Parts: sequence; structure tokens; C-alpha cells
Amino acid sequence: MNRKITLFAIAALLPFALLVVGFLMLPLIAMIHDSFLAADGRSYTLEQYLTALTRPYYSKGIVNSLKISLYSSVIGIAIAFVVSYAMTRMPKKIQSFMVTFSNLTSNFSGVPLAFAFIILLGNSGLFTLMFKGWGWNITETFNLYSWSGLVFVYVYFQVPLAILLLYPAYSGIHKQWRESAALLGASNLQFWLRIGIPVLLPSLVGTFSILIANAMGAYATAYALVGSNYNLMTIRIGSLIAGDVVTQPQLGSAMAVILGLMMVGAMWINERLMRRFRRDLQ
Amino acid sequence: MNKKWISVLVIAAALIYLALPLAATLMYSIAKEWSHTVLPVSYTLEWYKQLFTDARFLSAVGRTLTVSGIALAASVSTMTVSVFVVYMYLPKLERYLQALTMIPFAVPGVVAAVGLIKVYSSGPIVLSGTIWILVGAYYVLVIPYMYQGIRNSLRTIDARRLMEAAEILGASKIKAFLQVIVPNIMNGILISALLSFSILIGEFVMANFLVGGSYETIQIYLMRRLNENGHVSSAIVIAYFVIVLILSGMMLKLGARFQKNEHNKENAA
Repeated sequence: MNRKITLFAIAALLPFALLVVGFLMLPLIAMIHDSFLAADGRSYTLEQYLTALTRPYYSKGIVNSLKISLYSSVIGIAIAFVVSYAMTRMPKKIQSFMVTFSNLTSNFSGVPLAFAFIILLGNSGLFTLMFKGWGWNITETFNLYSWSGLVFVYVYFQVPLAILLLYPAYSGIHKQWRESAALLGASNLQFWLRIGIPVLLPSLVGTFSILIANAMGAYATAYALVGSNYNLMTIRIGSLIAGDVVTQPQLGSAMAVILGLMMVGAMWINERLMRRFRRDLQ
Repeated sequence: MNKKWISVLVIAAALIYLALPLAATLMYSIAKEWSHTVLPVSYTLEWYKQLFTDARFLSAVGRTLTVSGIALAASVSTMTVSVFVVYMYLPKLERYLQALTMIPFAVPGVVAAVGLIKVYSSGPIVLSGTIWILVGAYYVLVIPYMYQGIRNSLRTIDARRLMEAAEILGASKIKAFLQVIVPNIMNGILISALLSFSILIGEFVMANFLVGGSYETIQIYLMRRLNENGHVSSAIVIAYFVIVLILSGMMLKLGARFQKNEHNKENAA
């Protein structure tokens, strides 16, 4: 009987296991293995990691990716923090509408998003022309196809995601706490500094780590906006594995492993904080 | 609750901010002439007509549907069984399964593509350039969403007791699974599948790296037409978004039905 169940279980799990091994595990292992190979593909070396981390061309890409993730996540979470709080003060109907709306716009990323921003703020974009008509040439201070433009577009896809992740956390702040605090003579500011923000903190950090990971891994948005010109980690990896000139799969693998490790780090922080958050609630 | 107007203002600003790029794209897709004015001079449906009579666009839609359809069918059939078997008979493995399903979250498209190209461009199985490498990549991509959905549905219907009841009444395990469990979690599975589908039709990175040259999906088609005609490109974006909107609507409806069923069951109990 027991053996029958075991056989049955193995048979049932087999297709799933095969697909996961074939398209997730093996590729990851092959990539890690590749990252320790020299350019000739035979001898083992740490050269690729050294190149990725020290050659300015590549290390700059890593730094740029970290920077854009940091900026877009900070701005995104700040906006979401204010918006989600405002949402909690609205009638239930508006709250659920906002959740649905955020859910919908969180799908708005990648190529379509880059395109929409080109219509709005590109060289002959709607706002660019409108401001020009008012005598203000924004292209002198703002260029969509540069660093500032990229941050601007990244912030856009961070906001709905941050709202979706952060909004539920506000339900952890009970109305009675505010009332008790007010009865005991705490001001609004004191309440937020001493109770509100500490209660929200794990969710804030957790959300932040997901936003960082989200921006670190983004490729399509930047690629559609600036092509391979801009020096971001994902763009560099892309041109290393499928570039127009020369591909360097080993170096690409090393960069990909570094990026993967950063993502795992961000996820790990999120895991830890969420666990702590839940224990706090119990 | 004074100063409520500040909250109203914040919500309104957020709505405008989030809707603006979409609204502008919509306007651009129906604008006939719009180059030096704030609002278009005249409107037309010409761009949509062009788009929907373009054989290249229609085949791109067909390709996206084909590849995501195969990946989703594989996902629904294999994952429902696997998650169920682990939940019922191998609860010790559940932790590992859950950890496993988190991996695709941590692997960005570019990174996944690096490994897939490495494994399938040479060696015993060559899949590079065929749709099967993309099907596999998409299968993995939606694992986290499918797992969560199936797992949560199993938990909400209390699958253990349902199985027990079915087996006491004389059903075999397979019969009980197919005729009792599956219909009960069908809504949950459908919701995860719809969510996964909306992710897949927006996927660009892996399609571009794995089969880009030979297999033009909607997103690849959009990317290639960006510099040709802005109006047609915006029509593509809007068409894509209408599909996402319909999918979200279906998810909400199914979700409400699922919850109502739960509610009725609770009331009946």
C-alpha cells in the first residue's frame, strides 16, 4: 500500500520535476559553471568575476543598476507610502477601486511603458511640446533618454507595485491605537513616530527590497528607451550573451550570477522581515 | 477626521499620475493629426484598421497565444497534480516545494535567458530558436503564481476532508481527485492561469533572447514597430491593454464567485 502510494507520487511528480530540472535547474547550474570558465571555455578561473567587478565598463554598469534601483525605489516607496495612507481614509469602494487600478497599471511596464513615456516626454512628446509652447524648453534640463529620464520611468512602474505591497500593512494599525494614543495625549506626529512607523517598518523594508529587486532585474523598459547605449547591468548581460559584435558568454554568466546573488540577497531580507512582521502581529 | 481633502487630493493626483501615460497612448492611437497642439486636431480609427488588417500583427498575436497557451496548459496539468500530491501525501516536502517555487522570482529574465541559451544551443538537445525553449522558459516563469493559486485553493476547500469523504464513499484516489477536488479548485486554477497569461503576453526579454529572430510575439512586434509609426504602436499598446483589462475583469469575477461559494459553504455548515 505504502509502496503503491510512493510509486503513484513519483509518477505524478515526474513531469513537473522534469520541466523544472530542464528549464530552471540545469540552466542555472550551467550558467554558474560557465561563469568560472576562461574565455576559451576550458580552464577554470575567477577571471570573469574579476573583470566584471573591476573593469570600469562593467563595474560601472553594476553601480548604475544599483543607483537607479535605489533612487527609483526610494521615490516609489515614498509616493506609495503617502498614497496608501490616503487610501485608508477613503470609503471602502474607492479603496478597492484603487487596488484594482494599481493592479492594472502594475502591468504597465517594459516596452509599452517606454513607448508611452516617449509620447509624453520624448523629443516631440506631448508635454515637451506643451511646455515649449509656454516658453519653457524642458529638453534643456530633462532628457528622457538619459539617466534622469530612466529614473523617471522606473519610478512609474515602482509606484503601483509598492502600493499593492504596502497598502495591506496599514490594516495592521488599529483604529483603537490611534484613539488610545490620542486619549493619552499623543499628538498626530508622536503617534506616527512612536507607533505608526515602527509597526509599518518591517513592511516598508520588505517592500523596499522587492522594489530594489524589481528595478535591478528590469531590462525591457531601459532597452526600449535607450537601446544598448545605456550602461546598466541587465543591458550589459544582454549584449554579452547576444550582442551584435562579439559575445562573451562566460563573462555574461559571471555578471548574471552577480545579479542573481543580489536578487537573492534582496529576497532574503524580505523573507526575514516578513517573518518578523508576522510574529509581531500574533 | 478633518483635513480629509488632503487625502482626496493625494488620491486624485495618484490616479492622474498613473493614468496619464495610458491616456496619452490612447489619445495618440486615435489621433489623426497631433504634432504641435496640446490636444489632437482630429480623430480617426485608421490606425486600428491598419493594425487589425496587418497580417504580421495577427500572426504575432497568434504566436503569443500559441506559446503561452502551451506553457499554461502544461502548467495547469502538471502543477495541479504535483501540488495536490505534495499537499496530501508528502507534506514534509511542502517546504522544499515552496522554496523551489520562489526561485523564478529571484531570477530576472536576462539571467534566465543566459542559462537557457547555454544549455540548449548545443549538446544533446538543441532547442534554440524553436518555440519549445520559450515554452519551457514560460512554464518556469509562471510557477510562483500557479503554485500560490493552487495551494491556496486546496487549503480553502479543505482538500484533505473532501478526499477522505470521497474515498469513504468508494471513489478511487484518481477519481476522487478528478471529480471532487479539481472541480472545486477550478476557479482558483483559472484565476492563477489568467494572471499568468497576463504576465506572459507582456513578456519581452526571454522572447527576444531565446527566439526573437525567428518568432515574433506581440511584444517583439511592438518593439520593432516603435520607430516606424507611433500611431500604430500606440494602437498595439492599447489593444494589449484591453486584453489585460478583460483578463483582470475575468479574474475579479471568478474570484468573487469563488469567495461566494466559500461563503455559502460556511453558511451551510
